[in-house]
Formats: sequence, structure tokens, C-alpha cells
Amino acid sequence: MSDGRDGVPETASDEPESSAPGASPDGGHAAATPSTHTVRLELVDEPGQLLAALHPIADNGGNLLSIYHERGNKTPRGRIPVEVDFEATAERFEGIVDALRSEGVNVMQAGTERYAEEVTILLFGHLIDTDLSDTLSRIEACESASVADVSLAAPQGTEEVSSARLRLEARAGETDAAIAAVRDLAADKELRVVEPLTGVDA
Amino acid sequence: MRLAVIGAGAVGRSVVELAGEYGHEVVAVADSSSAVVADGGGTASTGVDPDAVVARKAERGIVGDDDPDDALAADYDVLVEATPTTLDDAEPGFSHVTRALERDRHAVLANKGPVAERFGDLRAAVADSDGEIRFEATVGGAIPAVSTVEDIEPGHVTAVRGVLNGTANFILTRMAAEGLDYDHVLAEAQDLGVAEADPSFDVDGTDAALKCVILANVLSFGAADDPADAREFTLADADVEGIRDVPGSALRLAAEDGRTVRLIGEATGDTVRVAPRLVPENGTLAVSGTQNIVQIETSHAGRLNISGRGAGGPETASAVLGDVGRLE
Repeated sequence: MSDGRDGVPETASDEPESSAPGASPDGGHAAATPSTHTVRLELVDEPGQLLAALHPIADNGGNLLSIYHERGNKTPRGRIPVEVDFEATAERFEGIVDALRSEGVNVMQAGTERYAEEVTILLFGHLIDTDLSDTLSRIEACESASVADVSLAAPQGTEEVSSARLRLEARAGETDAAIAAVRDLAADKELRVVEPLTGVDA
Repeated sequence: MRLAVIGAGAVGRSVVELAGEYGHEVVAVADSSSAVVADGGGTASTGVDPDAVVARKAERGIVGDDDPDDALAADYDVLVEATPTTLDDAEPGFSHVTRALERDRHAVLANKGPVAERFGDLRAAVADSDGEIRFEATVGGAIPAVSTVEDIEPGHVTAVRGVLNGTANFILTRMAAEGLDYDHVLAEAQDLGVAEADPSFDVDGTDAALKCVILANVLSFGAADDPADAREFTLADADVEGIRDVPGSALRLAAEDGRTVRLIGEATGDTVRVAPRLVPENGTLAVSGTQNIVQIETSHAGRLNISGRGAGGPETASAVLGDVGRLE
């Protein structure tokens, strides 16, 4: 046995990622210093939902800065996107995101380091007949990815074969899992996927 | 070297025509129903007349008045197997090669079947023979894919990927460039002689998959200390999707985003996969028309890209004759 202190985290400042360039918007600061974080949430359009989503932030040491409630917009599942800015230390930020998730709030995006990877895929087949919005919701429901952008082309009408280009945001290191989830879903709906060559900057 | 050329299609005929230029002599040529064997069974230093063989094939559909078996029995140094690719038992190509090995002669294959479907059986036949086999022409036509992997050493190659079917690549290139649908471009490709009347082998990804299976075998057997431990791949191990259903609208959406679709084959020592994939529009792998490209991912030397003509009689014959040169 060693002296037993090896496993004890001291201050957050010895976490290598806290000083990595670009790890957070104010990446030069030590992690113990509160920094500004942005989370993008998806709320059901019902009274009390916003307040319920803000509690886990305040209760876990986040200092609310601004709330942007995009009432005019809808997410692919027909919910309201809300962007919340708050200050918190890196450690507390993790706790806040976990608390939001455990309260059943869908966190679409939490800081740049959470959805660090972007991937574009094509889907084709009977996209509309097989309920495109359900397809997108099921991708959204997958832990590793979020749908950032969708372009649809249905030149022969909605009953014929159409194509969609999806831009997915995946958590760091989870791009392959996100693609696999889309592949399973596509197989289920008899759609075809054109995957990118990931890891190949061809 | 004295060559017996089995198969008188575009590749076989080009080998016959070009062998002299590479310092080799053709002592026998066979197609499926006829053969020509040089006087004295090739023992004399007079080979067959290449022009006469090609002319007879064009005019009468035969290469000569001998029996195909006579060509297999001729006194050659290297058998060139250039019959059409067959799957499963890979016959008759497989037996042509093993007959050469049993006589301690070398074989050079342009036929993908035996190397893709029966690689283990071939290795076993080579182990019992003083002859060797080479098969550069089976992957990427003129592109030296197999020999480059061998030079780098298969144990230091992590993956080989690329565009390995010119017909599918031509179709995808035209669809993207002209905004046309698959059926339209296929008809055009057939008119130009780029696609066969039955294009299944190319557009369903089978041809590219066979090439990747061959590369996977090269990687797997080349990296194993004992061939008995190497995993053998056949077409059945490949995950294959073709391009037949890719709609024009998918290519347009890709283009709007600076990307395009290519039928990409990938081989590692563990997996073989062929599928239409999104690649950057101006990226290395987005070769145009009937061009092919092979990209080799190495442990210590980064990535190598070799592009060129992946099919054609003289192109493939150049790979065959390169192999013959390596056996000298």
C-alpha cells in the first residue's frame, strides 16, 4: 500500500482538464473558481415546469445569471427550448446537470464539453411514412446524442422515398454509440443510414 | 519467366500481349473451351504468338486448337489465373492454382474468388509446395495495394479502406454532379461500357467486399505468428450494403453540406465492411469517375493514399506482370 493519499482528490486544480485550453469558456481559470455555464433544456409547455427546472440549479450551488425562454420555438418533440446561464464551479456544474437529469428535465446541451462532437449523417427511405418526428424524438431520447439540425428533401412527395441530413451533437467519445443508436433505429423502421467515416479526416 | 495464362478475357489477353515487354514468355493460353500450347510444350524457347492468340479469340472465339487441360499441363514457371471470379468453392480457378502448386510452380491470380473465398485452403496448398502465390491484381487493378501492405508489414497496418469499385464510384459521381437519379445514371454507365448489363456485382457492393475480404486475409494472416491462429475471412464475414437505393436527394443534401457519398470498403484484421459513406466533397477519398483509391492506416507511418485505375485489361495486367516479376 502507498501512503493512501493518492486516491484523495485535493483541490480541483490538479484535474488536468481544468487547465486544458478550450475545456470551458474561461479555460484558464482554476476549476474552483466559478465560471459561466450554459445549459439548454427542453420543457413541456405546462405551468410550473420552468420553476421546477431552476430549483436543481439553485439548490446545488449554481448562481443564476439569465434565462432565455424560447417560447416561439419548438424542439423536434414539440417542447419548449430554454437556455439557462449560471455561474458554478466545475465540480458543482456536474452535480447540477446530474440533478436536472434526475428531476426528469431533459438537458439537451450542457456546456461545450458535454456535447463536444458533431457528426452528420444521412437517412433515406420512407422517412415521412415512418413518422419523421418520432424518429427524431427517439434519437433525442438516446443518452449519447442530440439532434442539432435536420434538413429534409422529399422531391417526389411525402409518400415516396425521401432523404434527411441530420447533424447530431454527441458527448465526447460517444459518437460511435450515437451512430449505432441511429443505425438500430433505422433498421427498426427499414430506413437506410449513410454514416460518415468517423475518425478519418479524409 | 514462362507463363501459362488461363482465362482469355480483357485481363488474360492483355497479359498475353504485354508479357514480352516485361521480359516474359507466354507458353500456353487457355479459355474455357480451347487452348494453345507452344511447340514442345514450352520446353523450346518459342512461346505462343501473342498477336495470333488475340486475333483467333476475336475472330473465332477460341485461342487455339489445343485442349484447356494441355495448357494446365504445359511446362510453365508461373500460372496466371485470369478466369472470371466465382464465389463459394471458387472453381475452376481454385483448382487451376492448386494444380500449379502441386507441380511446385507459382501462381499469380487476377481472379478474386480463390483468395477471397478459400484463402486458408490456398495457404495450406502453398505450405506444401515450392511454389508461391501472388494476387496484387485482385485488389484495385493497377494500384499496388497488397504489396504496399506487405512492404509496411501487415502487423503494422491497422486498417485499409478506400473506393474499390469504379462502376459504383462512377454512378455516385454522376448522380452528385448532375443531380440525376440512380436508374438514369446506371443506363448512361451501361451505354458507356462502365457498367455491365447486370450491374449487381458492382452496385450491390459484392466486388468491393471481395477486395476488402482479400485485404482482411492479408492483414490477418500477415500479422499472425502462426497461420493456424489467423482468422480467415470470406464474403460471408463481410457486412455489405450497396448503392442501388441511394436517392439523388441524399446526394443533394450531402452536397449542400460540403460532403458527398462514396461506396467505401474497410478492412481490418477483425472486420470487413462495405457501405455508402459520407465523406468530405473535396476530401482524399472522394475520387471521381471510375478512379479507385486505397488508403492504408499504419501504426508508425501515418496514412498512405494510392489512387489510380482500378480496372481495365492493361491496368490489371500490369499488376499481374508486376507479381510475376516479384517471383523471379
